[in-house]
Amino acid sequence: MARRAQPLGLALPAGLAAAGAMLGLSLGTLAAVAWRAEGAATLGPADWAALRFTLTQALLSAALSVALAVPVARALARRQFPGRALLIALLGAPFILPVIVAVIGLLAVFGRSGLISQALAPLGLGPIDIYGLGGVVLAHVFFNLPLATRLILQGWLAIPAERFRLAASLGFSARDMARLLEWPMLRSVLPGAFLVIFLICMTSFAVALTLGGGPRATTVELAIYQAFRFEFDLGRAALLSLIQVALCAGAAALAFAVTVPGGFGAGLDRPLTRRDAGGTGLRLLDGLWIGLAALFLLVPLGMIVARGLTGILDLPPSVWQAAERSLAVALGSAALTLILALPMALAAVRLGGAPGAALQAAGLMTIAASPLVMGTGLFILLFPLADPVALALPLTALVNAAMSLPFALRALTPAVAEAEAAFGRLADSLGLRGTARLRLVLLPRLRRPIGFTLGLAAALSMGDLGVIALFADPDRATLPLQLYRLVAAYRMEAAAGAALLLLALSLGLFWIFDRGGRIHAQA
Amino acid sequence: MRLPLIAAGILCATTAVAETPVLTVYTYDSFISDWGPGPQIKTAFEAICGCDLRFVAAGDGAALLARLRLEGARSPADVVLGLDTNLIAAAAETGLFAPHGIAPPALDLPVEWTDATFLPYDWGHFAFVYDKTRLPEPPDSFEALIAAEDLKIVIQDPRSSTPGLGLLMWVKAAHGDRAPQIWTGLAPRILTVTKGWSESYGMFLDGEADMVLSYTTSPAYHLIAEDDDSKAAAPFAEGHYLQVEVAGRVASSDQPELAQDFLRFMLSDAFQSVIATTNWMYPAVTPAAGLPEGFQTLFRPETSLLLSAEKAAAVRDTALAEWRDALSR
Repeated sequence: MARRAQPLGLALPAGLAAAGAMLGLSLGTLAAVAWRAEGAATLGPADWAALRFTLTQALLSAALSVALAVPVARALARRQFPGRALLIALLGAPFILPVIVAVIGLLAVFGRSGLISQALAPLGLGPIDIYGLGGVVLAHVFFNLPLATRLILQGWLAIPAERFRLAASLGFSARDMARLLEWPMLRSVLPGAFLVIFLICMTSFAVALTLGGGPRATTVELAIYQAFRFEFDLGRAALLSLIQVALCAGAAALAFAVTVPGGFGAGLDRPLTRRDAGGTGLRLLDGLWIGLAALFLLVPLGMIVARGLTGILDLPPSVWQAAERSLAVALGSAALTLILALPMALAAVRLGGAPGAALQAAGLMTIAASPLVMGTGLFILLFPLADPVALALPLTALVNAAMSLPFALRALTPAVAEAEAAFGRLADSLGLRGTARLRLVLLPRLRRPIGFTLGLAAALSMGDLGVIALFADPDRATLPLQLYRLVAAYRMEAAAGAALLLLALSLGLFWIFDRGGRIHAQA
Repeated sequence: MRLPLIAAGILCATTAVAETPVLTVYTYDSFISDWGPGPQIKTAFEAICGCDLRFVAAGDGAALLARLRLEGARSPADVVLGLDTNLIAAAAETGLFAPHGIAPPALDLPVEWTDATFLPYDWGHFAFVYDKTRLPEPPDSFEALIAAEDLKIVIQDPRSSTPGLGLLMWVKAAHGDRAPQIWTGLAPRILTVTKGWSESYGMFLDGEADMVLSYTTSPAYHLIAEDDDSKAAAPFAEGHYLQVEVAGRVASSDQPELAQDFLRFMLSDAFQSVIATTNWMYPAVTPAAGLPEGFQTLFRPETSLLLSAEKAAAVRDTALAEWRDALSR
């Protein structure tokens, strides 16, 4: 990006401040934990084994999620069918489910007594056994394929319809289209999508352990857990967390190095109608991809719905109160995410090059940091100043916002870059700056990613147990915490009902914001 | 002049505070949930103490102790309730607890209790729970479980779960130096290891595994609350490892007398009669009205295994390494 004279004066300091706050939240809390530690920490062979396993499963999970998401996103981008919008919204669901709910849904399909095993039984086969690296990767693909699909779909939809029309009038084949339009887009979108999924899988713990079949599947996050609660070795917890952050920073640097910015120029924001994909073969292929993805993602969700139907009718009042609190936390977290992400995206585009990438990397650090270390660090920092229990809900909203930030940046930054590349010069020549430029030039072009950001942040916050578990207040439980409490009290039916309520609320939030972001874009 | 008014206001406020002292009790999360003992115990204690009872929750026993260690002597906690025998040595070592200094009533524990710092409030035995309709003949020892080739069990990770650590101690207490062989033999039976009890128990109820590591009292919930007598705990010939849940008062407390009152109350009928059907454990002092109906049907192990706090702390790291090596192969 060319440097220009202060087109968005406030964005740069605000973006830098947001990035600083995020670094404080990830690295500052880590430093606080390290500072409380006594003596030097060392790593044992078991820690190295955990590190190897963590890297292996994260690489496999991210690669598979992204590789499968490309054909699914392409099929969704070039097909119009009834229920497409609903399907796209539902695809957001697995990502935002609390771990315990998602695992139950997955096992209801892929487990030893799941649908597939039951179907195989009459044939004298099965039960299938998914526990091991395969199970871990399966679960991570279940969680992250929809996210990858959405991020890549954003990329596809960001290619102006005019380019496809021009390509069609030039008689491009599907292959030309792929080479000249789609591949450059993928080069700019895939590394980022791969990176965020890799980072999420790096800090995975409960899923990896449960579906990994035991201590073979120990991840670094579990090693941190062990250091903290089994040995109370804060130094080792901080050291492991630092290694995790360093690996993530390395991965981020690599991803930014291979990312090539797209350059499609401007369009008139018209809806996309593709004329190149009319062949029966392609039609079938797209249908197959959409069908398979829908089956893989929606059947486990359907099982969660089916299990929850009896329980949801007679949930105790405290669950509804928890749901209200969770809604408030989710909305606060969504607003906070946007307040942090928008200036960061603007500042990153304005800075461009390595400084811009560094700014974005600062926003990524929050998913690289161990949630346990972050929560503990916050506790250490806040305890002398205030009662952390009284701050449990605002802190949960803040930490949730920090976790959503990387996805928000992935969605917003390319869109800001595109808009600036396309209309920046025109806006400059018209002397548009500051809020007027934001309102007239950028926001109309950012509606879709902003809607996606708000929806994802709200839904993610809704389903996250997060730091609230570290300093819970008996009278202010969130819905995920109340769900865990129901299970701990053997109330499985009510818990299944609460899980359904959580799923419905998360999806509802995602749907409303995501739709809101697209209303004008479709006009 | 407004000053006297403000001064009077402050004075009133401080006397109001002084009139109702606050007792802060740290405990694990499931204790304070709507379905746990917390709400009933808060009502009952506040009716007699002339104080505010404030519960603060942290995940589970180990998280509780970590929280207290982070806060150190500045902790607002007066009482910590919810540690177990595996944590007592580490808790005592912090020096953050004061001797309870009260004469407890006769305890109905399967073991002698002489600890001067921590007092037990409930107890239970770890056991593998199964469904009688799905598994008519459960194994009756670890050896039999190893030999039962078509069985799958779910257990919890000792690094993140209290029952998980309990199983580690169970195998160690029952089989000593043979523990590594037992774990190697068990490895193929273990379907998976979960982070906490909730995940495993849910998987067992969904039919994913034949048995789950839980408590001998788990079937009581299904019997009493759900009228379902299909769940049972499998008796093991080695005996069953005992979990005793304890509370202690914090040395830095600004309410030492109230804390002692709470510990006395903890062993009284008002507290003990709530435990069986909220915490689903055996009360440390059997209430005057006896145990709730249904508890009589439960299997009561003849042999209780329990390593002393010191022994448990000493073998923990070795036992964990043996477990991890055997199950990582």
